[in-house]
Amino acid sequence: MSRPTFLLDGQPVAFDDGQMILDAARAAGRYIPHLCWHPDFPPHGSCKLCVVKVAGRHVSACATPARAGAEVESDTPEINAERRTLLQLLFVEGNHFCPACEKSGNCQLQAMAYDLEMTTPRFRHFYPDRPVDASHPEVLLDFNRCIYCELCVRASREQDGKSVFALTGRGIHKHLVVNAESGRLADTDFSAADKAADICPVGVILKKRVGFAVPIGERTYDRAPLHELAMPKTEGKG
Amino acid sequence: MTRLAWADTMDETLQRYGRRPEYLLQMLIHLQGAENWLPPAALTALAGALGLPRARVEGVAGFYSFLHTRPVGQYRVLFSDNIIDRMAGSQAMMARLCRNLWLSPGQCSEDGLASVDFTSCTGLGDQGPPLLVNGYAIGRLDDARIDAVCELIRQRRPLAEWPPGLFHVDDNIRRRDALLAAQLRPGQALQAALAIGRAGWMAQMTASRLRGRGGAGFTTAVKWQACRDAPGAEKVVVCNADEGEPGTFKDRVLLNTCADLVFEGMTLAAWAVGAQRGFVYLRGEYRSLLPALEATLARRRAEGWLGRAIGGVAGFDFDIEIHLGAGAYVCGEETALLESLEGKRGTPRIRPPFPVTHGYLGRPTVVNNVETLAKCCLIAVHGGAAFAATGTAQSAGTKLLSVSGDCARPGVYEFPFGVTIGQVLEACGAQDTIAVQVGGAAGITLAPYEFGRRVAFEDVPTAGAFMVFDSSRDMFDVAHNFVRFFAHESCGFCTPCRVGTAMLADTLDKLAEGKGSPADLIEIEDLDRVLKQASHCGLGSAAPNPVLDGLQKFRPAFERRLMHADFSPAFDLDGALRRARQMTGRDDAGAHLPQQAEPPR
Repeated sequence: MSRPTFLLDGQPVAFDDGQMILDAARAAGRYIPHLCWHPDFPPHGSCKLCVVKVAGRHVSACATPARAGAEVESDTPEINAERRTLLQLLFVEGNHFCPACEKSGNCQLQAMAYDLEMTTPRFRHFYPDRPVDASHPEVLLDFNRCIYCELCVRASREQDGKSVFALTGRGIHKHLVVNAESGRLADTDFSAADKAADICPVGVILKKRVGFAVPIGERTYDRAPLHELAMPKTEGKG
Repeated sequence: MTRLAWADTMDETLQRYGRRPEYLLQMLIHLQGAENWLPPAALTALAGALGLPRARVEGVAGFYSFLHTRPVGQYRVLFSDNIIDRMAGSQAMMARLCRNLWLSPGQCSEDGLASVDFTSCTGLGDQGPPLLVNGYAIGRLDDARIDAVCELIRQRRPLAEWPPGLFHVDDNIRRRDALLAAQLRPGQALQAALAIGRAGWMAQMTASRLRGRGGAGFTTAVKWQACRDAPGAEKVVVCNADEGEPGTFKDRVLLNTCADLVFEGMTLAAWAVGAQRGFVYLRGEYRSLLPALEATLARRRAEGWLGRAIGGVAGFDFDIEIHLGAGAYVCGEETALLESLEGKRGTPRIRPPFPVTHGYLGRPTVVNNVETLAKCCLIAVHGGAAFAATGTAQSAGTKLLSVSGDCARPGVYEFPFGVTIGQVLEACGAQDTIAVQVGGAAGITLAPYEFGRRVAFEDVPTAGAFMVFDSSRDMFDVAHNFVRFFAHESCGFCTPCRVGTAMLADTLDKLAEGKGSPADLIEIEDLDRVLKQASHCGLGSAAPNPVLDGLQKFRPAFERRLMHADFSPAFDLDGALRRARQMTGRDDAGAHLPQQAEPPR
């Protein structure tokens, strides 16, 4: 029996019943940008970078089930411009100084900005005051770069069984906190061996003493663009 | 108050809510009653007692405006900040209170006695300007009442000893129709529905064509049927009494004058879908209604209209509990409401699945507005056909409107659907009207050429707000106020709403300061587009409405604020010296840069 298909930018993509647009596209070797989505977790739908246009509506590809015969627009000037605006909003919300950031070259936010040809932050910077937490012997937390994808929250809760991270506050004042009355990472049971320690797509959770072990210019996204590296390596084509 | 007052309250809190994590928000509200804020050690202790990560408890405590993780005054005074309240003079009232008590907004007094701030619309637009003191509303503020409040605070009189007259809230019902004129005795509607059986009752609901009164207008019978058909034995009925849309207050009046109809409507819904548990999610601003509502529930239990074998029907068991909100407009969105009801941060869920299949704790759940539920009683007593006979083709029945602003008789008006804007304006005694905001901040701004349009789902839908502005008002101020409201109330989950509403508010601030340029209007339109299209829920996608309508219908009000330059930076050079001035205690001319920006207007 042949699987149902939808059209992604005019090309057919086969999917299984209940599969989300983003999952089906990936399985078919088609890239849709994403930041808060991760193959190990259910869709989150907060970053909105995976926005696609279906029947005139803009929806999150990670959280919208594929439908047979649907026409999905993703790699179009309109949708990419919307993604670029979302990226620009993320850049001005936090304090992202790529040239001085030790995550430069390994950062998905930066790599996506290159991918989507974002050339300026465009908006006024918010310059929030977000002190770093260097209390932990192995790991530094630099909240200035948080994009609230909640991957560390989810990984710590679901994979490490620790719930070291959570979000508090609301709106533009939302922020990441750790599971300690002192508010210091050193007072939690966090360890550099945790799954959550390696999941941050940007430069919030940084292992100490290895920041420049790989020189800038030879890092992950220096070698290949995000839209290639974000794709599964071994999965069959759909 | 001792230093560890919260510790004395902890056991009682845990006992009262059975240590169940889904009652976390209720426990935090209760616990905060001890000291007016939630000290860090209290959060740690509560997390420990519930076996929850502390960070999760902190996450919830930090989400709600009425929960405080830093000390606030023994008297916490919040001025309602809807545009209607501003028009009624709320800012002058706040300034007077601050002057009397030697306070500045947002800061706690040195002696910890009082703190003052703004809050989103408290639902007293017909009798403002209003404030909340420790959660209890005082309306119709004037100089004398502000001075009285200040004196009571200075004397440190407990709230219970304040003159009850201060807290009197009027219903201001100006026009009664089918619902407000109904004289049903408790149980009458239930008896009628029970008499025709479950299927018969659902058939009447279908025939009534009743649609949700919360704004979205989903057909109630379809929602009930979907919940009833959903797999899962434990079904839930939720009454959405989180009436947070700026300018609405009709649910407050309904809950105050005909709570029986609301509870009976919930019971009718339970009968239809087979639910055993019911919740009323009551916005924190309305907590003064709580004792009377609890008393009504108790009476209905005693009368046999709640509890086991309701109306003598074996197996029809249903009861209702009331949960309080804590200052979060987004919880009016039904999936955010369910999250909040489960004791979590009020973040809207991804849909599908919808609440009718996966609602409260994953159970099939119907969420209905207060007014929708009350109307079900009319359908049960008079039949679906009679209900459908009034209103318009696509909007059966009547609609309660909360009328406020520039008119002679603000209050609640019940009109059949199809009433024109002009007819409502005439009824409320509005003159020289230049605009009406229908449906609240998330609704639509109507200009005079549209006053022939009708209140109906197919024309001008509304959750009930009807704010009137006369020619003395500046429609830029209205849009500015609403945009700031959305920025304050954004849950912060998705990028477009979290950053976009804040950016939009900042840009309108810039215009308000007279520093806008045509480039800003282009920026505003682009932000509007991203908000509308990419937001996770209705809050973000509605946030640009006031600005879009404003730019389209009242553009001169925006353009008047532009400098005659193509671009001007938002960066305020003189403003950057503010801190230095503060530190040096200087505010003379020499400590300021010469102003180059043109003043507004």
